[in-house]
Amino acid sequence: MSATGIGAPVRRKEDFRFITGKGQYTDDINRPGQTYAAFLRSPHAHATIKKIDLSAARASEGVLAILTGDDLAADKVGGLICGWMIHSKDGSPMKAGAHPALAQGKVRYVGDHIAVVVAETLAQARDAVEKIHVDYEVLAPVVALDQATKSGAPVIHDVAPNNQVYDWHLGDKAAADGAFAKAHHVTKIDLVNNRLIPNAMEPRAAIGDYDSGNDAFTLYTTSQNPHVARLVLSAFIGIAPEHKLRVIAPDVGGGFGSKIFIYAEETVCVWAAKKVGRPVKWTGDRTEAFLADAHGRDHVTHAEMALDEKGKILGLRVKTKANLGAYLSTFSSCVPTYLYAPLLSGQYNIPAIYVEVEGIYTNTAPVDAYRGAGRPEATFVIERIVEIAARELGQDPAEFRRKNFVTSFPHQTPVIMAYDTGDYGASLDKALELADYKNFQKRKKESAKNGLLRGIGFSAYIEACGIAPSAAVGSLGAGVGLWESAEVRVNPVGTVEVLTGSHSHGQGHETTFAQLVSDRLGISIDQVAIVHGDTDKVQFGMGTYGSRSGAVGMSAISKALDKVVAKAKKVAAYALEASEGDIEFKDGRFSVAGTDKSLAFGEVALQAYIAHKFSGQELEPGLKEGAFYDPTNFTFPSGVHICELEIDPDTGVTTIERWTAVDDFGNIINPMIVEGQVHGGIAQGVGQALYEGAHYDANGQLVTASYMDYCMPRADDLPSFVIDTTLTPCPSNPLGIKGCGEAGAIAAPPAVINAITDALGHEDIAMPASPQAVWRAAQKSVHKLAAE
Amino acid sequence: MVSVSMTVNGKAVSAKIDPRTLLVQFLRENLLLTGTHVGCDTSQCGACVVHVDGLAVKSCTTLAVACDGSTVTTIEGLAHDGALHPMQEAFREHHGLQCGFCTPGMIMTAVDLVNRKGHTLDEHTIREELEGNICRCTGYHNIVKSVAAGAQAMAGHK
Repeated sequence: MSATGIGAPVRRKEDFRFITGKGQYTDDINRPGQTYAAFLRSPHAHATIKKIDLSAARASEGVLAILTGDDLAADKVGGLICGWMIHSKDGSPMKAGAHPALAQGKVRYVGDHIAVVVAETLAQARDAVEKIHVDYEVLAPVVALDQATKSGAPVIHDVAPNNQVYDWHLGDKAAADGAFAKAHHVTKIDLVNNRLIPNAMEPRAAIGDYDSGNDAFTLYTTSQNPHVARLVLSAFIGIAPEHKLRVIAPDVGGGFGSKIFIYAEETVCVWAAKKVGRPVKWTGDRTEAFLADAHGRDHVTHAEMALDEKGKILGLRVKTKANLGAYLSTFSSCVPTYLYAPLLSGQYNIPAIYVEVEGIYTNTAPVDAYRGAGRPEATFVIERIVEIAARELGQDPAEFRRKNFVTSFPHQTPVIMAYDTGDYGASLDKALELADYKNFQKRKKESAKNGLLRGIGFSAYIEACGIAPSAAVGSLGAGVGLWESAEVRVNPVGTVEVLTGSHSHGQGHETTFAQLVSDRLGISIDQVAIVHGDTDKVQFGMGTYGSRSGAVGMSAISKALDKVVAKAKKVAAYALEASEGDIEFKDGRFSVAGTDKSLAFGEVALQAYIAHKFSGQELEPGLKEGAFYDPTNFTFPSGVHICELEIDPDTGVTTIERWTAVDDFGNIINPMIVEGQVHGGIAQGVGQALYEGAHYDANGQLVTASYMDYCMPRADDLPSFVIDTTLTPCPSNPLGIKGCGEAGAIAAPPAVINAITDALGHEDIAMPASPQAVWRAAQKSVHKLAAE
Repeated sequence: MVSVSMTVNGKAVSAKIDPRTLLVQFLRENLLLTGTHVGCDTSQCGACVVHVDGLAVKSCTTLAVACDGSTVTTIEGLAHDGALHPMQEAFREHHGLQCGFCTPGMIMTAVDLVNRKGHTLDEHTIREELEGNICRCTGYHNIVKSVAAGAQAMAGHK
C-alpha cells in the first residue's frame, strides 16, 4: 500500500479550503447585476386560491417582478415530476397529481409555493412578499395517515379520489400465508417510523443566470446530482434544451438525500432570470428548509413473523402505510416500495415474505429519500420483530439472529434481491467481543444498584447500495439508468484530471477518487484533480446518493484508467522501440520486460502528446479516455451495531454508554473517511431514535419548524463510537467496494430502541424516545419491578 | 443608512449600511468574507460564529452597528503568514469535517473554548461546550478529537 494509494488514511485534499473559509457554496457566489428572490408560501395546509392581489406588492420599493402560477402556465413551464413509476396490485399506474412550481388554483401544504418576488435586495423582496394579498378558501386538511384514505376524507388531488397514490405489493402471498398456517409461534408488532427533516447544515440555494446573447441559462444550485437536475429542467419542465442549460453544483454543504430532488425554487429562479433579465438568487432560510425540503420516513407498519418450534423463521408478512406528503417528489414513489420491501429479509433466511404498501397523500411537505431511504424503515421492521421474537421465545437475541442468518451465497431472497457475499456471523462475533457482551449482565446489576435501567440492543442490518443495474431498475419503473460516467484526462506533463458524474458534498471524493488514480498510475494524489458538479465540464452523470459513488462512480473511473493504461502501453512501446506485448506497467513506470529500458508515466504522457515516435495513422495522439460503468448487481453492505444505554427512570433521560459497530463494506479506499461516514450515519440514526420527529398539528401546521422545536442531536447527546470492520470483497464491481454512506443511519434506530425496550422490560415505546416518552414508559417498568 | 467602522481580521473597514444589517451580512456581503455561514435563523446552529473583541459571538444575531469600534476575527483571519492555526490543522488531521459548512463556526467556537478553559480539555467538557454548534455530518466524534488535539497544540502556539 502506497502512502496515498488504496487503503491509506490519506488526509483530505479538500479540507484546506474549508478550514480557511474558502469553500465556495452556492450562497457564496454572486453574479453581476444579481437580484434576490423571496417566496410567498402558503400559511394553510389545504386551500383554494380565489384571488391574488399583487398591487401593493408591485408598488413596493425595489420590486422588479412578481410571478405566480399563472405566469408559469402562460410560459408553458412544465410541472415538477416524479421519476419512478409504481404500479398498484391491480396493474394501474400510480396517481400522480400535478405539481406546479408555483401553485395553480390550490395549495396543498404549509410552505407550498404561491408567488415569487424578485427585487433589488433580499430585504425588499421579503418586504414585498408581506404585501401580497391572497384570498383563500380554506379546506379541511388531511394530516393523519390513518384518516387519509377513509371515505369522506378531503381530496387533495382530483386524480386520487381516496388520497391513495398506489396500493402495491411484493412477494408471494400464498407462500407467506402457508408459512403462518404451519407456524409454532407468531410474533406481531405495530410500529411507526417517525417523520424526519433532513437538515443538511447548508440550506438549499439557487442562482439563475440568463445570457441573452446566446439564449443560454446557467443555474448554480445545491444539488447532489446536477446532471439529473439539468435533464429534468430541460426534458420535463422545459426551461431550455440541455445544450443551453448549464447546471453547476459547487461546494454543497451536506445533502443526505434532500438535495437529490428538483424543487420549485431552483426551477423558478432559472426561469425568472430570463423574465427579469438579470441573475436571480434565492437562499433558503432554515424555516423554509423545515417547511419545504423533502422530509423522510413516515411509515405506519404492522408486521408478523412466523416461527417454528426451534425459533427458525418461516415467514414474514408486512403491511405499511407510507406518507408521501402533498405531492410526489422526484424519487418519492420508489422509497417505500423498491428501496424498502426488498430489504425486509434482512440478514435472515426467510422462505416466504409478503409485503403490502399503500402510498398516501396528505397535506404535509413531500416525503422522499433521506439517508438510507427505505432501508432504515425496512431494518427497523425486521430488527425490531426479530428482537421481540427472540424475547418471546426466551432466546438470546444474538444467538437467535445467528441461527437465522443467511450463511451460503449467493442467496436469493423471496423479495427480488440476490445477496452476493457476506459473513454475518463474523461481524456478530467481532461486535459481541468489542461490546463485551458476556459481562453485560454484571453492568446491568451495577446500574440497578444506582437506580438506573441498563439495556442492550442489537441491529444486524443489510442494505442494498450501489444503485444500480440500469436494466433492472428500468424494469421496476425507474425513469433513468443508474450507471456512472468518468473521463480521465492525462495532461502532457503527466498530471491527471478526472471528470466524474458523482458529486461530493462531504464524502471526500477529491481525496478517495485521487487515491484510486494514485494507486493505478503510480503518481502522487497531488498530481490528480477531481472535477465534478458542472454539466459544462462533465458530460453526464447520475450523481451521489444511495452509497453509490464508490461502487459505481469509482468503478467507472477504474474502467477509464484501464483504458488509459492500455493506450499508454501502446505509446510506450513506440517510445521504447519494443513490442506492445513486452511493455509492463508497474509503480508508475512503463518498462520493457527483461531490460533496463523504462519510462515514467509522465514521460509516456508527453510522448502521447508530442507524437514524434509514432504516426497519427497508426495511433491517435493524446491520452484521454472515458467510460460508462453500469453495475451488474446492487451491493450489500452489512454489519452488526450494538447499543448499550442507561435510563434514569426518574427523569427519562437516556444516556448511550457504549456504541459498537462492526461493518462489512467490502474493500475500503480510505478508512479514515469511511469511519467518518459511519459516525455521521449513527448520529442521524440515534437522532431518529431519541430526538428527532417532525410534527404537524391537526390543522397541518408544522410545529417543529426550527431548531428550537426540532431536536437535532448535539455533541453532548452522543458518545464516541467503537468502530471496526470485517471484509468480504464485493464480487460485482472491479474494486470490491460495497458502500458505507448510509449504514449508520440504517443500523442505529432499532439498536437504540431494542436497548431501550431491553432496559424497560416492555415494548411500549415509540421513536423519538424523548425523555418525556421514556419517563412515561419507565413508570410502567418501575411498577412492574415493584410488583415482582 | 448609518456609518459603521470596525477592524476585521486586522484591517480597518468602514461602510454606510442599512441599520438592520446583521454582522454576518456585513461580513459576507460588504466584505465578501464568505467563510462565515448562516445555517439557521434562531441562533442555534453556530455556523456563523466569529470573534468580537476576543469573544465568540453568533454573527447572525448581532447587528453590525453593535460592533462599531470593535475588533472582529473571522475564519479567514485565523491563519497567519500562510501557516494554519493549530485548531485548523487539528480539524484536518483528525477528519473533523465532512461537508465543511459548520466547520468555520466550529473552529471559531473551539478556539474561544481553549481561550476560556485552557489546553487540557476532557471529552465531556468539549461536548458540553459545543452545545451551540450543530454538525449534521460527523456525529461529532472526530470534532471532539480535533478540538482536544487543537487545544493541546495551541499551548505551544503564539
